[in-house]
Amino acid sequence: MSSNKQLKGAAKNVLGFNAILVYIFFYAPIALLVLFSFSDDDLVGRWGGFTLRWYEAFADNEQVQSALTISIRVAVVSTLVSVVLGTMAALALERYRFRGNTFFDALLYLPVIVPDVTMAVMMLLFFAAGRDLLDALFGISFAKGVATVTLSHIAFSISFVSIVVRARISGMSQRLEEAAQDLYATRFQSFRYVTLPLILPGVVGGALLSLTLSLDDVVITQFAAGPGSTTLPVFVFGLIRRGVTPLINAVSVVMLAISVVLVVLSLVAQRARDGSAL
Amino acid sequence: MSTTETTAAVELSTVTKRFDDVVAVDSIDLEIADGEFFAMLGPSGCGKTTTLRMIAGLEFPTEGSLKIFGEEVGTLPPNKRPVNTVFQNYALFPHMNVIQNVGFGLKMQGVSKSEIATRANEAIELVQLGALTKRKPNQLSGGQQQRVALARALVNKPKVLLLDEPLGALDLKLRQEMQGELKSLQRELGVSFVFVTHDQEEALTMSDRIAVMHAGKLLQVGSAEELYDRPVNRFVADFIGQTNLVDATVSDDSTIVLANGTKINAPNPHPAGTKVAMSLRPESITIGEPDEIPDEFVPTSLRGQVTNVTYLGHSHVYTVSVDWMPLEVRTNATPTSVVYEPGSQVAIWWDRRSDWVVPDEGYGT
Repeated sequence: MSSNKQLKGAAKNVLGFNAILVYIFFYAPIALLVLFSFSDDDLVGRWGGFTLRWYEAFADNEQVQSALTISIRVAVVSTLVSVVLGTMAALALERYRFRGNTFFDALLYLPVIVPDVTMAVMMLLFFAAGRDLLDALFGISFAKGVATVTLSHIAFSISFVSIVVRARISGMSQRLEEAAQDLYATRFQSFRYVTLPLILPGVVGGALLSLTLSLDDVVITQFAAGPGSTTLPVFVFGLIRRGVTPLINAVSVVMLAISVVLVVLSLVAQRARDGSAL
Repeated sequence: MSTTETTAAVELSTVTKRFDDVVAVDSIDLEIADGEFFAMLGPSGCGKTTTLRMIAGLEFPTEGSLKIFGEEVGTLPPNKRPVNTVFQNYALFPHMNVIQNVGFGLKMQGVSKSEIATRANEAIELVQLGALTKRKPNQLSGGQQQRVALARALVNKPKVLLLDEPLGALDLKLRQEMQGELKSLQRELGVSFVFVTHDQEEALTMSDRIAVMHAGKLLQVGSAEELYDRPVNRFVADFIGQTNLVDATVSDDSTIVLANGTKINAPNPHPAGTKVAMSLRPESITIGEPDEIPDEFVPTSLRGQVTNVTYLGHSHVYTVSVDWMPLEVRTNATPTSVVYEPGSQVAIWWDRRSDWVVPDEGYGT
């Protein structure tokens, strides 16, 4: 009995200690990153006293500014498109039985599990083939740029949006839409007044997730990008190769802050009014 | 109800509904009169809900014609039909409060805001929910949600109100209370209520007429008394109330022969030679000493042994084994009534007008 108790106590201590280790492992690098972004020394890893000059450099650097603008443009456009398409896909898969339903269902998860590099290579091939085809057929030529980056972001974001929205739809009884139609709502009105308000937390959650993914992506973006379409993460990646300065720390902290805010908002949105959808 | 040549509120002619290969509703003919409280009764999966959904427009018939007040509505969407539904589990909109739920139908019809407010409040008064207009559905009890669902449908002044197992989710006491309220509401409004239930007692207490369905087929339509006293087949006899079904063969127009050779005068004729079942309600049977059968009941009597007695307060229920099958007999329990212990040899007899012969069919055929 007592030895059992002691054992339990020991297990508790070990587990507790382990948890602390894990959290240190998780958050020490982040803490270091944030700390050294305020370090007044040209070497990344050396503390030289407190300064805000790297943030000033970040604000003054035109390349960084342009990369940030492109990042935001790509993120906003790809999110808008993938939220509309992803929500529609989710509704179709959840509400209708059609030929190949299960097949499309499985396909939807593919972009989530395919490795980034594979996705990137696929996109590269796709754009190359698309360019040749369009050129041959219609004489239209396009170059890789912001448009192709946006397209590739839409391609992976749709899946994430769909998955989040579907979770919400599947928790909502189809009877509610039937009740709306029984009460003289057209199909569109029943979507507008019943379905959409009830799945909105899922849609907003999906949108914020899509923004985060788009703002963070390096690998796929790099393969799809052309001149003048350098996003912030790709720019940071480039900086590292040219020699690391604490400017990277500042840029990274800004990106981290944006991501954290978006992810938290996404979680809050998905939790919102939970249990209210019958 | 009325016997004059008026248009039926709902008229189904040879309506069939198939889901892929499954026939859910099999060529049903049915007329529901204006102002009638009509129940569709049957075990789950019998097609009663599908029939209701076809009237609502939530499913379309595969074949046949469906008219509401003479107008063909076969493939008309639900929002174009003058009917409203009280859904099973109510399907209230969780993101709207009571008044928004009730006003929804009017809003969709483009009714002005002030009129929506007036009519929604009237409907809420009608179902006695006055103080709760600002509550969300999840802040209401089951009975209150039920009332909101009723008000939400009735506010639109439907020509026919459809109710899908509306009392199924309520506890017994509340259910009985709501049965009475629904019934008086229907009388007050004078519109047809079409009511789906699997609970035969509910159907018997509330409805003017009842349609019994089984395996997609409509077996019998009639008043509670008709269904109880003159069921058309074995299934209906068994499903409505409790009964003893005694297998028999028809020997000629007015006589049937039981398994032990007893010949019994049948109240209703069947073709000679067919297999039938005699339906004998437990409360129609009298139990007594083997030697005290009154003369006039000798032709409709059997001898047997009591195998079980259950005391129900107001009555005793006996199981009497008449050498080839057990029969249930119910007698009123009074302080002076004789109680037969298990093992007693007894005679049972009944008035020859209280048995009823049904064809030996109706289960999935």
